Amino acid sequence: MSDDRIDVRKTYKLLVNGAFPRSESGRSYEVTTCAGAFWANVAQGSRKDVRDAVVAARAAQAKWWGATAYNRGQVIYRLAEMAESRRAELREHVAVAEGIGDAEADAVVSRSIDRVVWYAGWTDKIAQVLGGANPVAGPFFNFSLPTPSGVVGVLAPQNSSLEGFVNSVLAPICAGNTVVVVASEQRPTPALLLGEMSATSDFPPGVFNVITGYTTELGPTLASHEDVDGLDLEGAGDGANDLAIVAAGSIKRVLRPRANEDPSSLRRIRAFVETSTVWHTIGQ
Amino acid sequence: MTEHDRGVHIPSARRVPAVESEAQLRALLTSLSGVDTVGAEARAAKLATRSVKKSTKLAAIDMAIAMVDLTTLEGADTEGRVTSLCTKALRPDPFDPTVPAVAAVCVYPDLVAHARSVLGDAPVRVASVATAFPSGRASLNVKLLDVREAVAAGADEIDMVIDRGAFLSGHLGLVFDEIVAVKEACGASHLKVILETGELVTYDNVRRASWLAMLGGADFIKTSTGKVPVAATTPVALVMLEAVRDFAESTGHVVGVKVAGGIRTTKDAIRYLVLVNETVGSSWLSPDRFRFGASSLLNDLLMQRSKQHNGAYVRPDEFSGD
Amino acid sequence: MTEHDLANSQLGSLSYDPAPESASIAHLRPSYGLFIDGAFTEASSHEQFATLNPSNETTLATVAQASSADVDRAVVAARRAYDTVWSKTTGAQRAKYLFRIARLIQERARELAVVETLDNGKPIRESRDIDIPLAAAHFFYYAGWADKLDHAGFGADPQPLGVAGQIIPWNFPLLMAAWKLAPALAAGNTCVLKPAETTPLSALILAEILQQAELPAGVVNIITGDGSTGAALVDHPDVDKIAFTGSTDVGRLIQQRVASSPKRLTLELGGKGANIVFEDAPIDEMIEGIIDGIFFNQGHVCCAGSRLLVQESVADEVLRRLVRRVEQLRVGDPLDKNTDVGAINSAAQLERIKELTAFGESEGATRYTSSCALPETGYWFAPTVFADVSQSHRIAREEIFGPVLSVLTFRTPEEAVAKANNTKYGLACGVWSEKGSRTLWVAERLRAGVIWANTYNRFDPTSPFGGVRESGFGREGGRHGLEAYLDV
Repeated sequence: MSDDRIDVRKTYKLLVNGAFPRSESGRSYEVTTCAGAFWANVAQGSRKDVRDAVVAARAAQAKWWGATAYNRGQVIYRLAEMAESRRAELREHVAVAEGIGDAEADAVVSRSIDRVVWYAGWTDKIAQVLGGANPVAGPFFNFSLPTPSGVVGVLAPQNSSLEGFVNSVLAPICAGNTVVVVASEQRPTPALLLGEMSATSDFPPGVFNVITGYTTELGPTLASHEDVDGLDLEGAGDGANDLAIVAAGSIKRVLRPRANEDPSSLRRIRAFVETSTVWHTIGQ
Repeated sequence: MTEHDRGVHIPSARRVPAVESEAQLRALLTSLSGVDTVGAEARAAKLATRSVKKSTKLAAIDMAIAMVDLTTLEGADTEGRVTSLCTKALRPDPFDPTVPAVAAVCVYPDLVAHARSVLGDAPVRVASVATAFPSGRASLNVKLLDVREAVAAGADEIDMVIDRGAFLSGHLGLVFDEIVAVKEACGASHLKVILETGELVTYDNVRRASWLAMLGGADFIKTSTGKVPVAATTPVALVMLEAVRDFAESTGHVVGVKVAGGIRTTKDAIRYLVLVNETVGSSWLSPDRFRFGASSLLNDLLMQRSKQHNGAYVRPDEFSGD
Repeated sequence: MTEHDLANSQLGSLSYDPAPESASIAHLRPSYGLFIDGAFTEASSHEQFATLNPSNETTLATVAQASSADVDRAVVAARRAYDTVWSKTTGAQRAKYLFRIARLIQERARELAVVETLDNGKPIRESRDIDIPLAAAHFFYYAGWADKLDHAGFGADPQPLGVAGQIIPWNFPLLMAAWKLAPALAAGNTCVLKPAETTPLSALILAEILQQAELPAGVVNIITGDGSTGAALVDHPDVDKIAFTGSTDVGRLIQQRVASSPKRLTLELGGKGANIVFEDAPIDEMIEGIIDGIFFNQGHVCCAGSRLLVQESVADEVLRRLVRRVEQLRVGDPLDKNTDVGAINSAAQLERIKELTAFGESEGATRYTSSCALPETGYWFAPTVFADVSQSHRIAREEIFGPVLSVLTFRTPEEAVAKANNTKYGLACGVWSEKGSRTLWVAERLRAGVIWANTYNRFDPTSPFGGVRESGFGREGGRHGLEAYLDV
């Protein structure tokens, strides 16, 4: 016995405004491996946690969008570097969460990190691909620029605990939005690990907020929150229609799940981008 | 003349133009060149990369110490607090007599007499914030009374605040007349006009307010009260230094600049000295033309001075906490 | 304030002590070979030539003189790497190599800055704050494009050209290497890069970085040499694309030499940029912009604002302030962090600047030269402004490529445009005015690839750069910069 090291286990907490609080509610719920064994007690986030996260995301949004696109790209790339250096840990959690073998989990991690890199490269290209000059009939210089919607709520996919999470979260972030994401309810720990990595990647606090808990409880709070500008319903499941109707109350941009999405599609980025057009006179 | 003075020409014969109406004042101020935000900030940032080392750094530290208006402007100020401030002003480092005295102590009007009595005949001046500092929200009569009392109590310098509300709403004549009246109330005391640039927001406003204050008779123009979130910044100081340079060249009248609020480190102070050196020239590197309004800055200057002389960093407790 | 006060309190001036960056940070080797197929090799002739520090004429290192046989080896290596490795990579794989290179440049930024300043003569402030960070940013930007070419507006799945031969100038050695290599590699090409004869060192450090990045052998080959090396690269039959940055005269020769071949060509050549100042310009920032426009990098900038066109109503005031500002420029040791203007890159370039400025005086322009002291050794030219210049003067027409500004005047926007366009070049122009509509009116009419408004000499990896007319064709930077390396 004396030779057997007792490992130190981690308490999983929320990520709100760059800090790691337990749920304001004090509640937690048990997460199991796919085989049904105990895996972790995870914070059961409440409506107030969502509210705090939205406040943080709103406060951070101007700063995140105010940074240069180059800087935002470097921050997201830093997240890829962090993830790469902790890939063994990610692999273990993905394997446990999704009930897949190490080799398959390793491939998931690789694709997830590469996806982060893909998004890192988008920050300074979105304007070049989605924006442009408009040759209006008159003495005006007229150009359209893509701008972020603002604060985006994300219900992360329930099954794809890391790759799907990355895809849902990094798209709005790379476009200059800040996010409040509800992680997969039964497979939350890969998302929490990525959240921890984001906290060591120079993201301003509040850009990347991760809440764990029951999607059916947290989804309506995000959908009805008037200071949330966009909602990704990827992980909403059967509740998607109801949430979309609630989201209409404050004219949110809503992204609905789509089967067999082309990975090179810009749909996820475009979903949370506005177009801002400037007219300027031309004359001596 | 030193290298950076070349070309800055201050004529002796010209006069400050008389201001006869608000319309004329407005025309004059709006005829000033605009300030391009990006360019001004880039210039200030570029000058911040100047590397000041060795003997230059020592000279700059002593220069900065002699330019400090050692300030206490708290509701909790007492005579005891002012006494220790004055003691420090006279001999910033009691163990090193080569450290120069600061330029002035800056206190609220009711503590002027006490400061004056502690300082005695020493060359350290007494400055006081008057005119309903820091908001400036009082009637002209109240402001003038504030000034006259401070002057009567022995203030050598008066730091007044302009009426930012009047400036921002376009009542330039009101702002101007107030400065003229305060200047008159100052008598022989020097007038520093605080623009509160953090509330003027734009560099164009800073340039116009600088000219307005100089036309009204300011001996110094000063950035900030230190009581609003945005205090002195290097681009704001740059714009004000350009204003005093251009004013001197066009009127022959020399006005000083005081930066105040948020200047806490030797590095900050040296950046401002570089800005002065390369914008208006070394003839402005004098307490009569440039000041720092600060409190904690002095100890950092003393620590850096000690480091430059002795080669090792000292602990903050080496210097008094005043 | 009395005179007495002033006399008593004068504290003296603030003349900066020397603050030199340490040359030893460069870690230079005594000699360098050619970087071919992933390794440094000797030139077939074993011939080496010296690269000098232009600020003191000392030898920094010797580098190999590549012969046409060496050029062939490099092209063969590039072709093999293209056929066997690089054309088979995915965009995401290429992206990761480019991100690695960007990071390695950031990591070795200080060393690269010192090398650049030693070899080129430019102030350390510029190499540290501009050249090296921009080079890293360029790799970072094009890394992001490598896996997004479908979105770049050239249709689905655009293909690379193959082997690119790239010849770069001495004014921004590492930055020009980045401008050439990053988009070429992102698009899927392999490269043979020839740095300038007088500034080969930072490209050779870059070769070490490519090794650290484990870029597959032969994807980038770096060969040093003189004009004959460049000519051999241009003439090599297995090169698919030539990209050249340099003088218009050499660009013309290159275009003639590839004219009857299927090679693609982009040229970034000389310029005689006009900085147009209207009477409502923001005066202090405009003066800084003019200074930066012509004295940045000793005026060794193809897009330098070497012609100042000032509205007559403010011409005297602008000239007075300009001359005063020129006097403040700190000329001297490029490694000193407080230096504004460094050394001229070579004896030959110094000779050319002297020759053209002599014409300025003999043709009747009024000369103002900074009274700064110049070092005894090395190649130096004091910042100079010519006033009373007319359109027919040689100094208003020819590219001087040095710290020399010609000042002309105009009366109306139309006249400003006409004078600005009265040149065979068309690389860049500046417009200074607080009136946006007029700035855009002027910009629409200027024949130039880049127009800066209320700023000058701004560069960014996302922004296309390049000229019209005899300033060349093709763009570097931005989405447009990909086109030069895609078969579209």
